[in-house]
Amino acid sequence: MKIREVTLSTTPNAEAVADLRLGDIIYLDGLIYTAREGVYMRALEQKANIPMELPSQSAANFHCSPAAVIREDGSFDLGAVTATASFRFAKWLPEWMAKTGARLIIGKGGMSSKDYNEYFVPNGAVYLSTVGYGTGALLGRGVETVEAVHWHEELGIAQAMWVIRARRMGPFIVASNLQGECLFERENAKISENLDRVYEGTKPAVLKRYGETDDRSDEVIG
Amino acid sequence: MISLDLIQTTAETLMDKAAIEIPQDYLDGLRAAAATEDGDLSSFVLQAMLENYEAAKEDRRAMCGDTGVPRWFVKMGNDARVEGGFVALEAALRRATANATTGVPLRPNRVHPLWRTDHNNNVGIGAPEIEYGFEPEGEWMDLITVHKGGLFGTDYRMLFPSDGIEGIKRFYLDSLVAFGKRGLACQPAIIGIGLGGSKDTCMVLGKRASVLRTVGSRNSDPKIAAMEDEFKELGNSIGMGAMGFVGKNMVIDCNIEVGYCHTGGMQMSVHAFCLSSRRAVARIFPDGRVEHRTDPNWFTDYQRRETIEWDPAREAAE
Repeated sequence: MKIREVTLSTTPNAEAVADLRLGDIIYLDGLIYTAREGVYMRALEQKANIPMELPSQSAANFHCSPAAVIREDGSFDLGAVTATASFRFAKWLPEWMAKTGARLIIGKGGMSSKDYNEYFVPNGAVYLSTVGYGTGALLGRGVETVEAVHWHEELGIAQAMWVIRARRMGPFIVASNLQGECLFERENAKISENLDRVYEGTKPAVLKRYGETDDRSDEVIG
Repeated sequence: MISLDLIQTTAETLMDKAAIEIPQDYLDGLRAAAATEDGDLSSFVLQAMLENYEAAKEDRRAMCGDTGVPRWFVKMGNDARVEGGFVALEAALRRATANATTGVPLRPNRVHPLWRTDHNNNVGIGAPEIEYGFEPEGEWMDLITVHKGGLFGTDYRMLFPSDGIEGIKRFYLDSLVAFGKRGLACQPAIIGIGLGGSKDTCMVLGKRASVLRTVGSRNSDPKIAAMEDEFKELGNSIGMGAMGFVGKNMVIDCNIEVGYCHTGGMQMSVHAFCLSSRRAVARIFPDGRVEHRTDPNWFTDYQRRETIEWDPAREAAE
């Protein structure tokens, strides 16, 4: 299969999102903001006002905290950028999407097809996975400027809302589409076909773990 | 006497190197993996990682945005003396960790487990960890820093002698498949396996097997060395590659370390040192010389000794 490369705006129109196929390689142009548990809790549970115009400024939510420092003069030094695993944020994402109109959720490992069908597809959103993980230096090169860092005093540098201007930032991989299909689950299914052969000759542990399953199509997320 | 200033400046250099420069042994291992990979997506991922290492070195920026949790291993020859003693040594390593966090920069990953307090410098209660080892001779000190990523890929299980090798293989496969899906373990990785000890030492052995041994190294026990080869092969026959995509490369190498355990048990731990295997080493001498390398050379015959008294001749004979 030939891998297709696509350059995408971080405020994409519906057609551009609909056109994306599982496994496409994406490079992004425009504003991206980072938001993970700290930002979600502050905005959704503590009802703090989100300090950006969303989605008009950006529809791209990156599950990330960069390797970065805020200098004493208030300037930023941002080095490498990689994602953190997204499945942990499923509890906040439906409300976040409804509130912010996010169409590109960027992170590590994707979500389940259940998540995609329940609230990604209805919101016209897809999931972009970082590559590797992670190509922190390559992604760092794609950061043109840091436009702002919100809530760093309240949340710390790692959980703050970083607003970065991306110029051909990538690579990312399309991991869900508007049909609700999941790239990782597609790959899991192919690999599962081989697992019985690999496990041949092994035996279950003498001491079981409470609640343990031997269903190898199972996943540790979700 | 080893100079405290030299310890701190060397430690800062090591923090920088660990975050930015992929160790040569891992790079060689990944290149070999990339040459055999034929899954289209997993091939793409490995090529992107190889480009990423180059970009990190060229730009002197961290190779991964998650720069892990910095920790230190300090090994000393029996005759080493530190200016200011060990309390001064620990303060120097904590200062170096904090300085490098803003200097490189690294991500300030370390927070309080309950209050999530972040000092923005990777220093806090019990952080960075500082562990010690000793060798029978020498006035030198080896400083080793490891910045291992931390959320997925590690597991522990109490097995029993009746579980045997088949049970060990089962738990090994379970760990690789569970955390390999979606690439949570950031594979292909250096897989470290700890066998024996007690629960805590089993975890320590496995972690050290993954972070303090290099790709291509083998345990000095030939039967364990053969298991390492077999387990590497087994992990790579799952059919899973980078990011959990269909592929052939899950394990860059498999290192096994053992410790004597309770007669009724066979503790096992599995650890994954990821695509950004951050480690850097320097030997500091009392005359001010500093020799940088990437092989911690932690597991010497002395570290694996079985006898009461240290008797190199007898160990060699056994």
